[in-house]
Amino acid sequence: MTHTLTVLVENTPGVLARVAGLFSRRGFNIDSLAVGRSEDPGISRMTIVVEGDDQILEQVTKQLHKLVDVIKISDVTRDDFVDRELVMIKVNTESSTRGEIMQLVDIFRARIVDVGPKTLTIEVTGYESKINAFENSLRPFGIIEMVRTGKVAMLRGFRSTTLNNNHKKEDTNSG
Amino acid sequence: MEITVAEALVHCLEQENVELIFGYPGGAILPVYDVLYNSTIKHVLVRHEQGAVHAADGYARATGKVGVCIATSGPGATNLVTGIANAYMDSIPIVVITGQVPVSQIGTDAFQEVDITGITIPVTKHNYLIKDPKQLPQVIKKAFHIASTGRPGPVLIDLPKDVAQAKVKFTYPRNVQLPGYKPTYKGHPAMVSQASKLIMDSKRPVIYAGGGVKISNAAAELRNLAETISAPVTHTLMGLGCFPGDHPLFLGMLGLHGTRYANLAVTECDCLIAVGARFDDRVVANLQGFAPNAKVIHIDIDPAEIGKNIRPFLPIVGDVKLVLESILKVIKKRKNSEWVAMVQEWKRKYPLSYSNEGTLKPQLVIEKICEAAGSSAIIVTDVGQHQMWAAQYYKFDEPHSFITSGGLGTMGFGLPAAIGAQMGAPGRPVILITGDGSIQMTLQELATAVEQKLPLKIFVINNRQLGMVRQLQEFYCEKRHIAVDFHFDLDFAALGKVYGMAGYIIETPEQLVDQLPEIMLAEGPVMVNCLVSGEENVLPMVLAGSNINEAID
Repeated sequence: MTHTLTVLVENTPGVLARVAGLFSRRGFNIDSLAVGRSEDPGISRMTIVVEGDDQILEQVTKQLHKLVDVIKISDVTRDDFVDRELVMIKVNTESSTRGEIMQLVDIFRARIVDVGPKTLTIEVTGYESKINAFENSLRPFGIIEMVRTGKVAMLRGFRSTTLNNNHKKEDTNSG
Repeated sequence: MEITVAEALVHCLEQENVELIFGYPGGAILPVYDVLYNSTIKHVLVRHEQGAVHAADGYARATGKVGVCIATSGPGATNLVTGIANAYMDSIPIVVITGQVPVSQIGTDAFQEVDITGITIPVTKHNYLIKDPKQLPQVIKKAFHIASTGRPGPVLIDLPKDVAQAKVKFTYPRNVQLPGYKPTYKGHPAMVSQASKLIMDSKRPVIYAGGGVKISNAAAELRNLAETISAPVTHTLMGLGCFPGDHPLFLGMLGLHGTRYANLAVTECDCLIAVGARFDDRVVANLQGFAPNAKVIHIDIDPAEIGKNIRPFLPIVGDVKLVLESILKVIKKRKNSEWVAMVQEWKRKYPLSYSNEGTLKPQLVIEKICEAAGSSAIIVTDVGQHQMWAAQYYKFDEPHSFITSGGLGTMGFGLPAAIGAQMGAPGRPVILITGDGSIQMTLQELATAVEQKLPLKIFVINNRQLGMVRQLQEFYCEKRHIAVDFHFDLDFAALGKVYGMAGYIIETPEQLVDQLPEIMLAEGPVMVNCLVSGEENVLPMVLAGSNINEAID
């Protein structure tokens, strides 16, 4: 099963290496990892998508907790949350296909951010299945380059994964 | 008043009550050594950086304090890595300080530059590269705090040369701010009461005690628990010493080379109380066959150990001493005569044994050292057959009396660790039991031992081979022995004399008994070359794929 973790870390040099290294060292697979500054400038928020059963997830969370720079881990998987990913796709364009591609851009509520003589660069955000569908529909035209930010996630409504908010799925030490 | 960061560093160490530093100087760390010149902290010059880190480790194990070592950048730092990993695996509190090239040169492949914080991420509890001079006091405070609290471990501080020379206003912080580091000490009351009920309901309880009991200073509570509920106590290699070896409830070590009765008791028990132990593969062997009838209570300060190898019936995260205290408040004294009698019968029926015919047997050497040493002695070992025999045949009765490389199994650990232990506990006899393979890995530290006038007693259990590997080849490679025999008979007694030590050769049981009293009373360091039989195997032995109750002997 795929799990989405929101991890608050101290904004220190090397923290990304510590987290990424832990996953490879302990044999856990990261599907996606996105990191950036949070609402508190001293703290970064990571969204990590990881594949594994509950037992693996328990180990992942506990091992992450052992990193001194990791402040808080919330597994939001079973909660109501919004997740998004931003993708840019550069696609081959001929004068004969340009119209069709622009229609697809409309349908998927994507945006054209750059126009070249033989290319269009398109930005699209959304949840994973939408992005995958968009990518597949562009493939016949020839995708030259694609870049994805990795998934970011946030709980819906009043609840949050901030420091002082006691999110119910927050990992508590067994015991 | 402004002082240099190097001066501030030494002030910080003094504030942390550091008395001793083991180290080896070099270019990038020069500013720090220049300050040590005027410090009250004693610096012990080793002969190789690996010696410094193992010595700091041995010092920490003997004293319970944080061990400190220091080295220069590049090769100085990389030479520490094995020792850092060793301390990490055995949860030993050490602070490691390394020099680094100036900040402006970092990342340029400068002379003696290595990314030691990157290299040691997997083998430290935490590490720091200090780029801003103002960070230093807070970093040192954090380093000592992290190393010594919760589940202890090594912390490395990498200090660039120009940072060490920069000037700062110095105040030593009183508190640490670590929002992401909050160890759990008190066991959850609901878990404690459930555990107490489980213990009282059990008919055949066994306590499985690990290194956590020593770290938490919980030997008294452990004994109290065992005696209150009449539960036999078995130990991991790291746990030996935390329960008296001559106690009727003592079962010795369990696992791959454990006693037959300990492994039987674990297999037959209905409640296994794991205290500060981590169900390591050398203990458990075959996961499915381990304690198949038991409800497992797992007490550990590290939540990540719970459920890592074995899913306990009842987990308690907390400091072993505090958790045992709270359990002891609830449970009542009771007798378990039938179960205790059954275990006693196994002890009678399946004792550890070896044939004492023919040449000098290594097991006998251990037993005689044990008889001669007295209970205040600290026994340090290296890694291999002699280590297992020491674990099996030496009767420890004091928690800080056995120092050995458990998790990493580092050959070469023994001599420098014994130096550290002796310097930390000058009033206690320190005895190194090593092998002819192991001691040659860090032999250069004999010079350090002599230079520091340490009364170490070094017993080389010399079988002129790498005995443990030879044993493995015997069982797993149909006796195809390769790369295990030393075709060079090193005279360790003569070698000791070259270094200025007293040297002895022991070839027979009679010589052993005759000479031991004199050896034990010697004032300076002593090297004893014990020429033992080369055919002995460490038994019992649980072969790969077997359950722990199916050992061969």
